[in-house]
Amino acid sequence: MSSINSKGSSGKALDPTALRSRLEQTRGKEYWRSLEELAGTDEFLEFLRNEFPRQSGLLSEGLDRRQVLKLMGASLALAGLAGCAHMPTEKILPYVKQPEEIVPGEPLFFATAMPLGGFGKGLVVESHLGRPTKIEGNPQHPGSLGATDAFGQASVLTLYDPDRSQTVLRLGNINTWVEFIGAVNEVRADQQIKKGAGLRVLTETVTSPTLAYQLQQLLAEFPLAEWHQYEPVGRDNLKAGARLAFGEMVDTIYRFDQADVILSLESDFLFAGPGCVRYARDFAGRRRMGDKQTDMNRLYVVESSPSVTGSVADHRLRIRSSNIEALARSLGKEAGVLPAAGDHEPSQLVHGQWIEAVVRDLQRHRGSSVVLAGEQQPPSVHALCHALNEVFGNVGKTVIYTDPVESNPVNQMQSLRELVSDMKSGRVDTLFILSGNPVFTAPVDLEFGEALSRIKLGVHLGLYEDETSQLCHWHVPETHYLEAWGDVRAYEGTISIIQPLIAPLYGGKSAHEVLATLQGHPTRSSYEIVQDYWKNRGQKNAGFGSKSFKESWEIALYNGFIEGTGLPQKPVSVKKGFEKSASTEPRQSASATAIKAVGSRPLEIVFRPDPTIWDGRFANNGWLQELPKPMSKLTWDNVMWISPATAARLGINQEDVVRLLLEGREVNAPAWIMPGHADDSVTVHFGYGSTLAGRVGAGTGFNAYLLRTSGHPWMATGVELQRTGEQSALAITNIHHSMEGRDFVRVATLEEFRKNPRFAQEMNPAPPPDSTLYPEVKDTGYAWGMAINLNSCIGCNACVVACQAENNIPVVGKDQVRRSREMHWIRIDHYFHGSLDDPEIYNEPVMCMHCENAPCELVCPVGATNHSAEGLNQMIYNRCVGTRYCSNNCPYKVRRFNFYQLGDWETPSLKLQRNPNVTVRSRGVMEKCSYCVQRINAAKIDAEKQDRKVRDGEIVTACQAACPTEAIVFGDINDPNSHVSRLKAQTLNYGLLTELTTHPRTTYLAKVRNPNPEIEES
Amino acid sequence: MAQIFHRSTNILSRLTIYGAIFILAGLVWAAYIIYSSPYFTEVNVARQQPVPFSHKHHVSGLGLDCRFCHTSVEESSFAGIPPTETCMTCHSQIWSDSSVLEPVRASYRNNTSLEWTRVYQLPGYVYFNHSIHLNKGIGCSSCHGRVDQMPLTYRENPMQMQWCLDCHRNVELYVRPREEVFKMDYVAPGDQLALGKKLVKEYKVQKLTDCVTCHR
Repeated sequence: MSSINSKGSSGKALDPTALRSRLEQTRGKEYWRSLEELAGTDEFLEFLRNEFPRQSGLLSEGLDRRQVLKLMGASLALAGLAGCAHMPTEKILPYVKQPEEIVPGEPLFFATAMPLGGFGKGLVVESHLGRPTKIEGNPQHPGSLGATDAFGQASVLTLYDPDRSQTVLRLGNINTWVEFIGAVNEVRADQQIKKGAGLRVLTETVTSPTLAYQLQQLLAEFPLAEWHQYEPVGRDNLKAGARLAFGEMVDTIYRFDQADVILSLESDFLFAGPGCVRYARDFAGRRRMGDKQTDMNRLYVVESSPSVTGSVADHRLRIRSSNIEALARSLGKEAGVLPAAGDHEPSQLVHGQWIEAVVRDLQRHRGSSVVLAGEQQPPSVHALCHALNEVFGNVGKTVIYTDPVESNPVNQMQSLRELVSDMKSGRVDTLFILSGNPVFTAPVDLEFGEALSRIKLGVHLGLYEDETSQLCHWHVPETHYLEAWGDVRAYEGTISIIQPLIAPLYGGKSAHEVLATLQGHPTRSSYEIVQDYWKNRGQKNAGFGSKSFKESWEIALYNGFIEGTGLPQKPVSVKKGFEKSASTEPRQSASATAIKAVGSRPLEIVFRPDPTIWDGRFANNGWLQELPKPMSKLTWDNVMWISPATAARLGINQEDVVRLLLEGREVNAPAWIMPGHADDSVTVHFGYGSTLAGRVGAGTGFNAYLLRTSGHPWMATGVELQRTGEQSALAITNIHHSMEGRDFVRVATLEEFRKNPRFAQEMNPAPPPDSTLYPEVKDTGYAWGMAINLNSCIGCNACVVACQAENNIPVVGKDQVRRSREMHWIRIDHYFHGSLDDPEIYNEPVMCMHCENAPCELVCPVGATNHSAEGLNQMIYNRCVGTRYCSNNCPYKVRRFNFYQLGDWETPSLKLQRNPNVTVRSRGVMEKCSYCVQRINAAKIDAEKQDRKVRDGEIVTACQAACPTEAIVFGDINDPNSHVSRLKAQTLNYGLLTELTTHPRTTYLAKVRNPNPEIEES
Repeated sequence: MAQIFHRSTNILSRLTIYGAIFILAGLVWAAYIIYSSPYFTEVNVARQQPVPFSHKHHVSGLGLDCRFCHTSVEESSFAGIPPTETCMTCHSQIWSDSSVLEPVRASYRNNTSLEWTRVYQLPGYVYFNHSIHLNKGIGCSSCHGRVDQMPLTYRENPMQMQWCLDCHRNVELYVRPREEVFKMDYVAPGDQLALGKKLVKEYKVQKLTDCVTCHR
């Protein structure tokens, strides 16, 4: 069992000084994936040597020759027997009355929208005989343009989650909707007398016109009632910043497709937020270098904690989150937005040159630059960004202001604070919590749970039985967005009707229906409520035009959004003297906090939503739990990120469990040394740590909400770290499937690229002459190939989940991930380059290369993997006997083996999600990327029936479809005019490990960075 | 210790050792026979159905086209099993009180599906598409046999991979003009090979034998 203990991910002390010197000495190994790889510890090397490490540990210790022979004999006999089984008799159950549009065997696609954080992203959902199976983006929706994020892709699994709440509960006991209606009617009668004085409704962020209308109606009926909103990942600072700058609430929309220079102050605009998918598309469009496009945008990111956006920055300045405000002020002064002299002058302008260079760059690109700040930054920074954009002439060009998209853009923290104080002082009789889990997510200092237990009647509508439902008197199961009608607005205001694809699986009710019950209409369905709203009020608002309602409604459903509901540009200008009010604004910076020094420097803690399970709402989603998080490649856990230098200073090692103390509260967290993190700062991701999250999510990670207060929801200073002496065992994938430090990521600066466009191809080591005995095979029909543009890829993970959903890929669990047995067909390799403290960061998606000379094919004893006439490296599950020779011989390490019966064949609800066009694999077979052969076959059959060839772009692989940045392009490389052929003809095109003469069909377009020469030199 | 076995048993052991190869071969042969026998392939075995539906009566007796019931056969992978409503189109008028048809009426009344037993059934890892086969000139009867002569439906062909490949490798021997694909009593002309070659060219029929054609 010793091999099990030799943990792959370190376990042994990593000495930062030794790492640093190693990095200076080794010239060859310029790219590294993890500190463990860099350190080259014995454990790491041992881990690498076994492709599937530690499997020997599964066999019992004393296995002798006799036992081996016995087992082999038994296996042989059983294998023979297994082949003799009769196929089980199947039944066919046809419809009684077949719906007109359904053709059994052919999927239907419906447009809808997914709300997250109140904002919608347009989707097209694939449905097989009434079962939604796969989420795609809506190509016409402005917030999607056909792409999705990882959350959207994974949301279909939440729909089928067997752990979702399935029944109405009263005080934890099973009850009925009818009884609930009775209870609500009593509330109505009671509150009608009091004019609603004791009635409160708590929602998450609301952009839904129908829901907002219902709430207004409710408040009209009960004038003393209150509507509160709270979202753990809110937009309070954004809103306050706009108020500060303009004196009124506006929303900001960025046009990154028009932007040449972008400065982000901790804004992770490519990965998070209502517009991220569109922003990523627009941003990447200006970065793809091609034979026609020879210019690219430049991105500066200032941040403390490495983010997806930071990883693609041309210049990434890592400073503490709490110092960014000071940096922003210096920027403001340099740009002339703020008066040059001020008492806020940071004592040492260490980034003076950097700031000057950035400001000069922004000034050079007047009208085509963007300055933006992340929600984590205080309002004054946002106001400064608005002022900077105005000074740089960006308003109306790259920066558009509109009326707020939110129906009621209140300060949510304030709103929640008021609610809690009302609850504590006994002014609240009845509270309706319409979705969300505020007991878990509300700032810890508000003691929301305690206040909730004091009120007379708490009603919780939620997808899960959770911390909040436990403290409420009534719990009503909520409908998933794929189950109920609704409406939602996108980041720029466009309204989508949320169209359900399936009747509620677990008898859930929507917020619309619960509100209608409260309004005395318990029988009204979501459909009636939403449709009535649009019938009676919608036409006045916008979009429905002159056509009849029925026609407009159908068009809106067909398109997935209501035409022309995007918000128009609003002329606003920054108020004079905003900076003065900025300084009086309550600031969430260092000065406000009691500083407890650690050593000499106060340590800062930064709070971020988890990049895969978000604020905790996806905690029970296995796909997202097992999704390696951007930057850390961690699965199934959250950790505390700390920079290498600070870790060394505090004597903290990788995976040490550390006690974090902040303002008298404490929580234990495993430490993770994150290259590129700001010094004297730590990052924790909240969302984990719920004990009631369900079978998948319960017991994972630690609860960072326990440190998050209403005063400091995003950063606080004065956190203290104590070593507990314990070690935690994390499942981190960035050391798995190593390709051992060859030149995978090829990078040049724009200057270098212009001088030598073929730099990437020249880095190819030449294959030895006559290196293959095999004759060259030339496919005459189609020849499928793929090109991946590293310049576009931001490492957002959407492709990984899309592949998992499309190809019925199982979830393996934390223990198996620790054994390197994750099943993802596509992985996003993550490379660091440069110094330990401040490395450049690169992402590279890797999946089966479909080599023309595939090494895996030669070693398969049963021909279970071989080549198709169109160049596909086919994997035939029913032939595979599980020798795993293929995987051993694969230089790209992209083959995945089913060590166990990993796919869930039992849970009925999960069966509904499966793609019926892909085999659900069983134990003992190998699998890997198939280039989505089911989609290829479907398109070919379609084309053949119409007596034509498959058109370019007709086949879109799942990863390609999901990709927000269009980094992945698939097609026929025998057609010289296909998109993929044109990409492969570019000078940037290179293949991985081509020196092995594998002739991979998947190739990469090398990355080009666009650093500012002024900064580069200094 | 005394000998347990009598000397005469030596002959037995010799026979076993020298005959091993024949015994093994015999076993393999037996397995093959069982594997390709109707016991295993269920060829010519009529399945128990909730209603003893006769294709013979409906097709050759009444002259119904295949597509009257199997509506999606030309557009989808799945040929389609008719909804109860299709049966009731006629049977609400004729044989409307026949006891044999009670399950059909019950299905219609109670809005519950009829539970037919699959006759043609492929393993989960095999993907077959009806529409493309028809489009390329493979007739129904090529695989399903003379369904119009079956009072109770049974499997005509073993549905084993070798049988599929036999056609996929020699399409010329089976392809027929598109307008004949639904014709049950179609008989291949004497010069099938010449016709087949012509049609293969005309319909651009490919001999797809890549694994991923069916397995994915």
